[in-house]
Amino acid sequence: MAAYVLANAGIKVVLLEAGPLYDPAKNVTQLKWPWESPRRGASTPYRNFGDFDAAYGGWELEGEPYTRKNGTRFDWFRSRMVGGRTNHWGRISLRFGPKDFKHKSIDGLGDDWPIGYDDVAPFYDKVDKLVGVFGSKENFENEPNGIFLPPPKPRLHELFLKDAGSALKIPVIPSRLSILTKPINKERGACFYCSQCNRGCTVHADFSSSSVLVKPAIATGNVDIIPNAMAREVLTNDEGIATGISFVNKDDMQEYTVSAKVVILAASACESARLLLNSKSSRNPNGLANASGVVGKYLHDSTGTDMGGILPKLIGRKRYNEDGVGGMHVYTPWWLDNKKLNFPRGYHIEYYGGMGMPGYGFGFGIQGTNGKYPGRDGKVKDAGGYGASLKDDYRYFYGASFGMSGRGEAIAREDNYCEIDPNTVDKFGIPVLRFHYKWSDHEIQQAKHMKETFAEIIIKTGGVITWGNDGTPANEYGLAAPGRIIHEVGTTRMGNDPKKSALNKFNQAHDCKNLFIVDGGPFVSQADKNPTWTILALSMRASEYIIDELKKQNI
Amino acid sequence: MAVSSVGAATLLQSCEKSPKQEVKEAEVALNYDRTEAEKIREKKLQAEKFFDDHEMKTITILGDIIIPKDETSGSASDAGVPAFIEFIVKDQPRYQTPMRGGLKWLDIQSLKRFNTDFASCTSQQQIEIVDDIAFPEKAKPEFQQGVSFFNTMRDLTACGFFTSKIGIKDLGYVGNTPNQWDGVPADVLAQYGVKYDERTLAESVKFDT
Repeated sequence: MAAYVLANAGIKVVLLEAGPLYDPAKNVTQLKWPWESPRRGASTPYRNFGDFDAAYGGWELEGEPYTRKNGTRFDWFRSRMVGGRTNHWGRISLRFGPKDFKHKSIDGLGDDWPIGYDDVAPFYDKVDKLVGVFGSKENFENEPNGIFLPPPKPRLHELFLKDAGSALKIPVIPSRLSILTKPINKERGACFYCSQCNRGCTVHADFSSSSVLVKPAIATGNVDIIPNAMAREVLTNDEGIATGISFVNKDDMQEYTVSAKVVILAASACESARLLLNSKSSRNPNGLANASGVVGKYLHDSTGTDMGGILPKLIGRKRYNEDGVGGMHVYTPWWLDNKKLNFPRGYHIEYYGGMGMPGYGFGFGIQGTNGKYPGRDGKVKDAGGYGASLKDDYRYFYGASFGMSGRGEAIAREDNYCEIDPNTVDKFGIPVLRFHYKWSDHEIQQAKHMKETFAEIIIKTGGVITWGNDGTPANEYGLAAPGRIIHEVGTTRMGNDPKKSALNKFNQAHDCKNLFIVDGGPFVSQADKNPTWTILALSMRASEYIIDELKKQNI
Repeated sequence: MAVSSVGAATLLQSCEKSPKQEVKEAEVALNYDRTEAEKIREKKLQAEKFFDDHEMKTITILGDIIIPKDETSGSASDAGVPAFIEFIVKDQPRYQTPMRGGLKWLDIQSLKRFNTDFASCTSQQQIEIVDDIAFPEKAKPEFQQGVSFFNTMRDLTACGFFTSKIGIKDLGYVGNTPNQWDGVPADVLAQYGVKYDERTLAESVKFDT
């Protein structure tokens, strides 16, 4: 987003990318059939989310380790490609609400942001128009309306979920995804409903920064993009001003530097923190922009837990194309008052199910299903089996499964952090990150509430729970390991007090006025929303501030 | 650009060797996006062979017992399931010991009962063994290892079948094609006694037909 805004303002930009170039119109996996993959779309060490997924990377990268401290767990997903993780993400594009910027004032936990909803709202509006997002105006206090394209109609199981929601007083409303149900310009096509946004879209009908921002930024003629450039450190001069970046070119393994008037980091929250911490000098012994000591701290990921089941009324259903857009057509925003609950902060619920395209894993574990429900002849069979009767079971139960995932807000804490591992470097000789992260009782109680709610919803929908109803205190109610939801933020947080924050309210380093960070690092708190829309809005806001400051010759 | 011409050169070179080799190499040239590291791995996997001929024969027989030809579609082997199983155990090595050991377990069972390996048994004898391991909830404890193996074999066979061209047609999946998705068909809404409320109809995307 920063490259896009700056290039369009006539500013020359050099964009360093740690991976190769990528354009879903050229690097195609969309509309491929499972049989075109010898592994039928199964995941591999190089494609953790499946053979057709548009992420070059995964939880582990060859030669680029990270470590964990004191037996704690944090899993870090990295995509090394132009556009990074926006190429395969869920396109769930939620604005933060007014409360999300001021939660300390509400519940005393964490910190308030130095900005409020009104500061960001104009930029959310601009992002909505520039990128495109569908949704519905619900006038919820903390789930602000956007400038929406029309949403798709709910699928059949989503209609049942809507009815269950009404009965349980849980809102089930049109989802808000950055997918073009109507064209918004000549460069990008409209969605053709293949349900495969995670593969990248050949007509650029969904939001990936590679196709929606980087591509048009390059078209301005103001952007030089250098792929396979692994940044080593931010260079500074004797006055503490950033002068550029040193990087290793992964193709020839030679060292290069690029000089710049302004340095902007958008390498993902942890990678940007790593860069700062590795940019040590006699002036900045703790790393750049880190006089406060907060860089790497206050790391937090969304909470997550899941549950699923079977809808007996959908067994033996009629076939029709139910693909729809890539993801849910309805979702549940946070709806309760925490004053009446034993945990702070909320979660939203994402739904899935229906007659999706079969892939690797299809039919696995049929013995857990076909012995539980009456077959076409009204009789319950012995579980498992073989032959023509088993073959028919796969047809019979197809499309009857559904499930849901909660994604909630964790409290940002100083003692959840990433730091430089003193003993380990990657294959480029760059010191790597070491993580220290533990969930607190706040998150565990929230996960318990998710599980209870999911069970209620499944039952009320007329479903039978088949997995995920296994929450106990010992397994933290199925709470996903930190990092697993891939919403990690907070490592270079903004604030008005330079002793407690790395950046000011314009994403500008307190200690280095021509250094900006525009990924998830600047977040003070995560909210029960996905972070992307707020990253985009704040990046646009910071970029306009940079243009303004350059004009005033302040930087 | 340089990279794709290297790929083409490899393909041409291998064509000269033998027709069998050609098929193998052609499989390497997948028609979807691959990174350089992936291309190397795909090639390595395609060149490996895990199951021997006897094991492949047994897999083929078992696969067709699990998913036979019926009035709707062909069998597991018609859909190329044995080749998929050979590939997936190379791709996901965690399958290798359970599958190889399971096939051996099956042959030993067969040898004890019928004095010959599973593949050489009559169909009736084969079904007799399968009946002992195909129903997890009523299988005798002494067949538990066989049950575990058969569960894996059932999973891989069904998955291989229903992700094949034949299997997807059989299943009736009709997506993966550009379309204008205008909601659940009217007859299905009627079947389940549900409908779109007025607000949904007013707000949702509309298509000019």
